[in-house]
Amino acid sequence: MRAVAPNRRRPYVRSMVGWWRKNPYFVEYMIHEGSAFFVAAYALILMVGLLRLTQGEAAWNGWLTALRSPLSIAGHLILLVAMLYHAWTWFTIMPITLPPIFVAGKRLSATAITAGGLAATLLTSVLLLLLVWRLGT
Amino acid sequence: MSANLKRSNQPIFWLLFGAGGMLSALLGPMLVFITGIAIPLGLIFSPETMSYSHMHAFAHHWIGAGFIWVIVSLFLWHAGHRIFHSLHDVGIHAGTLARIICYGIPLLATVLAARSLIPSLI
Repeated sequence: MRAVAPNRRRPYVRSMVGWWRKNPYFVEYMIHEGSAFFVAAYALILMVGLLRLTQGEAAWNGWLTALRSPLSIAGHLILLVAMLYHAWTWFTIMPITLPPIFVAGKRLSATAITAGGLAATLLTSVLLLLLVWRLGT
Repeated sequence: MSANLKRSNQPIFWLLFGAGGMLSALLGPMLVFITGIAIPLGLIFSPETMSYSHMHAFAHHWIGAGFIWVIVSLFLWHAGHRIFHSLHDVGIHAGTLARIICYGIPLLATVLAARSLIPSLI
């Protein structure tokens, strides 16, 4: 806007600040895009854990102790909610992002794609839980 | 075909975004629950589950090492790409600096994680 020559009539220029707050659709869009910050935060926490693991037992135990702090637990509860929301939106958007899929000559419905994705998350979650439980004993 | 139609590198980043997004949708919630809530609070799992000897052995095995590497790097490639493409929406110019931050951190983490997981170093 600064490049334009000064205009004494002060024409009205609509501000773009907070444009997405005016429409619930875009508010949701911003929230699901924002889930990326939580995914990144969790990956960085794991990255720190990996580095501590390479530094030996004391360093690793220090990382485990840090995870037990109330702040960490609260943070991970927020991460859990964000991760669940990411999974939910990932599969609700998927019917739009995927190319059309035809099964027996009929196009696979949006509901089927979303339900299939969410069922897959449920299945992999149970499998991961059982696997970690089994490895731990 | 015109010579100036250069092959785009975008599909690579969209692929990493998609792979990371899918992986975090499938495994993210349960991983957060296990490492960040259940293990620290001593719920469900044996207290030895994430002990040094267990995790050391896990990271030593190629399956464990591969799992950790893929999770850490793809989660970050997903997040970096998504954040980069949302910058314009919040009025931040998606220029070179933004590119360096959004893709540099995933790249650095990918290399660092791979280096940490090389069996002789861990």
